[in-house]
Amino acid sequence: MTNWPLILSISKTHLLTKIKQTTIASLGVTFGIGSYITLVCFMTGLNAMLDDLILNQTPHIHVYNEIEPSEKQPVDLYDAFKNSFNVVHSIKPKLSQKKIHNALPIIDYLNEDDRVMGALPQVKTQIFYIAGSIEIGGNLTGINPLDEARFFRMGDYIVDGSSEALHNSDNGILLGIGIAKKMSLKVGDRVQVSPISGGVFSLKIVGFYQSGIADLDAIQSFTNLKTVQRILGETNNYITDISVKLHNIEDAVPLSKKIEQQFDLKAVDIKTANAQFETGTTIRNLITYAVSITLLIVAGFGIYNILNMLIYEKMNDIAILKATGFSGKDVQFIFMSQAMIIGFVGGILGLLIGYGLTSLIDTIPFKTEALPTIETYPINMNPLFFVIGFTFALVSTFLAGYLPSKKSKKIDPVKIIRRQ
Amino acid sequence: MSTVLEARHINKYFKKPILFHVLRDINFSVNKGEFVSIMGKSGCGKSTLLYVLSTMDTDYEGGLYLNDKLITNQSRDHLSAIRNKHIGFVFQFHYLLSDFTVLENVMLPAKKLAEKSYQEIEHDAMEKLKMLKIEHLAKKKAFRISGGEKQRVAIARALINNPAVIMGDEPTGNLDSHNSENVFQIFKTLSEDEGLSLLVVTHDEDFAKQTNRILTMEDGRIIS
Ligand SMILES: Nc1ncnc2c1ncn2[C@@H]1O[C@H](COP(=O)(O)OP(=O)(O)OP(=O)(O)O)[C@@H](O)[C@H]1O
Ligand SMILES: [Mg+2]
Repeated sequence: MTNWPLILSISKTHLLTKIKQTTIASLGVTFGIGSYITLVCFMTGLNAMLDDLILNQTPHIHVYNEIEPSEKQPVDLYDAFKNSFNVVHSIKPKLSQKKIHNALPIIDYLNEDDRVMGALPQVKTQIFYIAGSIEIGGNLTGINPLDEARFFRMGDYIVDGSSEALHNSDNGILLGIGIAKKMSLKVGDRVQVSPISGGVFSLKIVGFYQSGIADLDAIQSFTNLKTVQRILGETNNYITDISVKLHNIEDAVPLSKKIEQQFDLKAVDIKTANAQFETGTTIRNLITYAVSITLLIVAGFGIYNILNMLIYEKMNDIAILKATGFSGKDVQFIFMSQAMIIGFVGGILGLLIGYGLTSLIDTIPFKTEALPTIETYPINMNPLFFVIGFTFALVSTFLAGYLPSKKSKKIDPVKIIRRQ
Repeated sequence: MSTVLEARHINKYFKKPILFHVLRDINFSVNKGEFVSIMGKSGCGKSTLLYVLSTMDTDYEGGLYLNDKLITNQSRDHLSAIRNKHIGFVFQFHYLLSDFTVLENVMLPAKKLAEKSYQEIEHDAMEKLKMLKIEHLAKKKAFRISGGEKQRVAIARALINNPAVIMGDEPTGNLDSHNSENVFQIFKTLSEDEGLSLLVVTHDEDFAKQTNRILTMEDGRIIS
């Protein structure tokens, strides 16, 4: 049976009389945990921001009609050449339309799928922005502004305007900020656009679009679906693209395969489209954890050292305690509890410092052209990090304390007493 | 008369640096309430014998009996409990936990035993300190008192659990003749009035002569 109050009172006395060492050991843990929390909150916040930059705007599955050569050339269909090796030179893509055939039923069908959060129609077309005699090439995409805002956080990328404003105007345009700069346009101004097929249409600017990717902002604008359809002279079932957002991004690959097979369309999933991007995230996470764990291991060695020293200094105490009837286990618990107290106090302080630092970073202004909605440095204050940090503090102090305390358990009191 | 402590055919060897037969066939017993002293030349094995008898040293051959029960080859944890309850030990050199107060030092073994409440233990500890005339030091840190005072604190600590036997390795070695005499009287009273058994190593001939029995050691043997 272990008398914990007695053991804790002894370790308390030891820690308090060696307050300097205790403080240094605790500060080691505090520093380790504090920097772990700060680093991990900051890095994952940054990661999440970079993820959002791409992922929010990118559909999980993008469905469209690709212009490409037919996979089966006519010669393949002819039975007589079935067993021969056919070489076809100068293959040309098949003439097909950009329009997705039966787009509206397909969208309805997709929206009924449990895995799909939303499938949104888009009309993409190339246009020219006209300013006096200058013509600037660009893309105009017709969208459902409210749905886009809901599923793809379109609102985050609209400056000086809103998706509602676009929705409510019959011939409004959300102009790419790069174009606006080039043409010195303000909200409320009119901009003339001309589709490739000809004709000039005057649209009213209801806001600017800023994705943070400069090349995109210099060409891309948005209008309502109906507006584009009108510009192109098409009916309201003219849809060129479908953006699908899923509940779980992992479903992207299988579902996109299924769509390709079922509808004979091109369906690109986000993983294929952004493979290199995910590698970046993984490596950043790896670095974050490598640095944090190094910090904590260094703190662990600090505790190991100090506890070893403490036990060396307390040899006499150990001998006396054992001589007067304390068992090896009692003595081990005395030093073990000292390690754990150091870990506990240091860990709590570390959490507080980590919290303080991250809160501070969260208020530091961080303005960048690329990210219109970000005002301060991004911080991801996930409670899980605090739990992990504290657990690590306890585990590392336990390990650091275990070996020295095990040694104290084995110390032979007679040897110590004889040494005097 | 009942036997408190008995040693039968105890042999001990030091294997390093060379094989050395330090205790040779030790046989003796201490009765309840008996005050026994051990004398002998320096290096003849007195301390070594006491460490064996105190159960701290388990590396020996032969049998050791406490209250007629064999305690040789018991588990270490069990031996710790026996030391705590039945054996009080006063070391050749004063041995206190220097970060703790005098009172805390005396109370520790009783707290470990955990048979009494904190108040009772504190009261008992003050009683022992008064008996040794050092109650005024109770609240002082152990490293702030003199060598002789430390030795008396160690004696108070050995007494706190009212053990069956007290072993002392020159417990009065650091005391002036006056305090030495005082400690002797306390031991004497305890053995006569309360049936405490005492086994004390001493170089002080006058001290030894006043005890019930003197064991003389030479080269690891008890010769008388
Ligand atoms: N750990 C050890 N290893 C080897 N020999 C030892 C060890 N400890 C003690 N000895 C030897 O054992 C013998 C007995 O030592 P012990 O300490 O019992 O003597 P003592 O009778 O108590 O002497 P003193 O009166 O000086 O205290 C001595 O010769 C000593 O050198
Ligand atoms: Mg000796």
